[in-house]
Amino acid sequence: MIEFKLPSLGADMDEGKLLEWKVKPGDQVKRGQVIAVVDTSKAAVEVEIWSDGVVSELLTKPGETIAVGTVMARLDGAAKPEERPKEQLVMRKPASPAARKRARELDVDVEKVAGTGPHGAVTVEDVEKAARLPGKPEAVPEKLEKIEKPEKALEIRKAIAAAMSRSKREIPHYYLSQAIPMQRAAEWLGAENAKRPITGRLLMGVLQLKAVALALGDFPDLNGFYRDGTYQRAPAVHAGVAISLRQGGLVAPAIHDVAELSLDELMKALADLVRRARAGSLRSSEMSDPTITVTNLGDTGVDTVFPIIYPPQVAIVGFGAVKEGRLVVSLGADHRASDGRRGALFLAELARRLQEPEKL
Amino acid sequence: MTITYREALRQGLYDAFDRDERVFLMGEDVGKYGGTYAVSKGMLEKYGPERVRDTPLSELAFVGAGVGAALGGMRPIVEVMTVNFSLLALDPIVNTAAMLHHMSGGQVSAPVVIRTSTGAGRQLAAQHSNTLEAWYAHVPGLKVVAAATIDDAHGMLLAALEDPNPVVIFEYPALFETKAELSGKTVDLSSAALRRQGSKVTLVTYGACLPKTLKAAEEVDGEVIDLRVLRPLDMVPVMESIRRTRRCVVVDEGWKSGSLAAEVMARIAEDAFYDLDAPLARVCREEVPIPYPKHLEEAALPQPEKIVAAAKGLFG
Repeated sequence: MIEFKLPSLGADMDEGKLLEWKVKPGDQVKRGQVIAVVDTSKAAVEVEIWSDGVVSELLTKPGETIAVGTVMARLDGAAKPEERPKEQLVMRKPASPAARKRARELDVDVEKVAGTGPHGAVTVEDVEKAARLPGKPEAVPEKLEKIEKPEKALEIRKAIAAAMSRSKREIPHYYLSQAIPMQRAAEWLGAENAKRPITGRLLMGVLQLKAVALALGDFPDLNGFYRDGTYQRAPAVHAGVAISLRQGGLVAPAIHDVAELSLDELMKALADLVRRARAGSLRSSEMSDPTITVTNLGDTGVDTVFPIIYPPQVAIVGFGAVKEGRLVVSLGADHRASDGRRGALFLAELARRLQEPEKL
Repeated sequence: MTITYREALRQGLYDAFDRDERVFLMGEDVGKYGGTYAVSKGMLEKYGPERVRDTPLSELAFVGAGVGAALGGMRPIVEVMTVNFSLLALDPIVNTAAMLHHMSGGQVSAPVVIRTSTGAGRQLAAQHSNTLEAWYAHVPGLKVVAAATIDDAHGMLLAALEDPNPVVIFEYPALFETKAELSGKTVDLSSAALRRQGSKVTLVTYGACLPKTLKAAEEVDGEVIDLRVLRPLDMVPVMESIRRTRRCVVVDEGWKSGSLAAEVMARIAEDAFYDLDAPLARVCREEVPIPYPKHLEEAALPQPEKIVAAAKGLFG
């Protein structure tokens, strides 16, 4: 029995979408044969298999997005151990760390850049030169082409500009932050995910979202809208989730009734929301309903977020990266609707909720 | 006023003696002979045998006595003729002076200043040509500084006497005849210094290699950082420079295995990896005991040509 797993098709790839199987159960396959087409964030890639055998089972369906390492198919027959082709063992092109970083920023393929550094290594200058060459797509135009309408990005930027200018002009923000120990939540999540199939695993962000919603139960002065000089509480927590868009900018559509959702439901809702936000198919209610916003910049390694409220909401919760077992959670809140002490108590309650992950 | 490095050291001693009555100097031949390198010439006559004390040839004993005097409230300057002989006094320096503050829970510390000359290049043969700054810079509890300029030769002693920690000052006979203006400004024992601006490559060094590095920098548009303080290291100017030049050569007169150069490079790799546009490089002394013949000694030590070659090697 041979397992065919989704390989990593680039350093920045952690998942891929199966577009097409090139084989069906019963087919004889040979080492090096293309058996599937997988869409990565960059391009559709033909994926080869590195063992001979007979396809016994196809586990992933076209259209499914799966994590790198997921078993996609099973094969019978040749019991030869999976071998990697020799050419994959060839050393990667020498390039300085700074050049690789710059290449990522400019979306330049380092492997295709002529190196002028020591031992022919690619330098920053080489990368920048390559990015300027005509015919070589630069980062910006290439990304813009991917958007259906180029003016979409501009529209999003304008909307953000208007909302944030209004926020900083009108809302007297106060900011609080607290470092929360995350060992318990991490351990619980690890144990929980170990029991689940990869596709059913939970993200830490889901726990955070649920904890925010539950903690808000005691703090209605942070969940609602400030309009026309008065504050109105919202009857339920519809958490706006800040989602960055590939073409730049962000949206923060709502997941409705977060406090009422199980973690599994919340995970599904979140995944669905992110997918649709990036595909540009959000529902209007999702755009208008958020009663509070949650933003998570932890994946970038940021310590503390100093979040800006999305009006007419009155609070926004920011999560940084978990470092040394601690996570800094921050609150930006509207001083017209609540006071610092209330905000501080809310953060304490949020911290407490995250210490009891099993109750989320 | 333009003075030599040697005169700057002497001026520092005079200023220290005049400023604080608790200060005294002890060491081999510092009194009647005026110091092996004539640094303390005239001091015995001026300040008398109470404050300028010749010691027996026992580094273990007189460095230990210096640590004791510091604990007793004095501000001793202990001169160990060369770093080669300081190995005989490692115990009072490492196990006593450096650790008493910790061992006593902060109740006592030993503000002793140990001055010692170091380095090769003067045909004194292997046993008298060691460069062992890295050994001392390894030890928490010590402050370790390297005087590479006239101002530091003068000012580091004064700053060290004000420091509650035991301070080891390295002085460089290879630089004793160098001359420059003495600014008379106070110096700190906490920061590395930018000695030359450049744009192509960062050259990090300390001590006797500074003039060689400055010379090499002329040819390669190098930015030169003098570490000055070898413990605790101040990497800020180094990192700032590397973020501009993206290339770095460390020049260290010590052997490369387990050297200060190794530490500096490790920190750069830890904190500035993604800023590097070429591998890190270093120029150290060859991994041999320093030979006596002049041409072989020169071949065994960092030289401007080697630094230039290392810097050019970072470009294609």
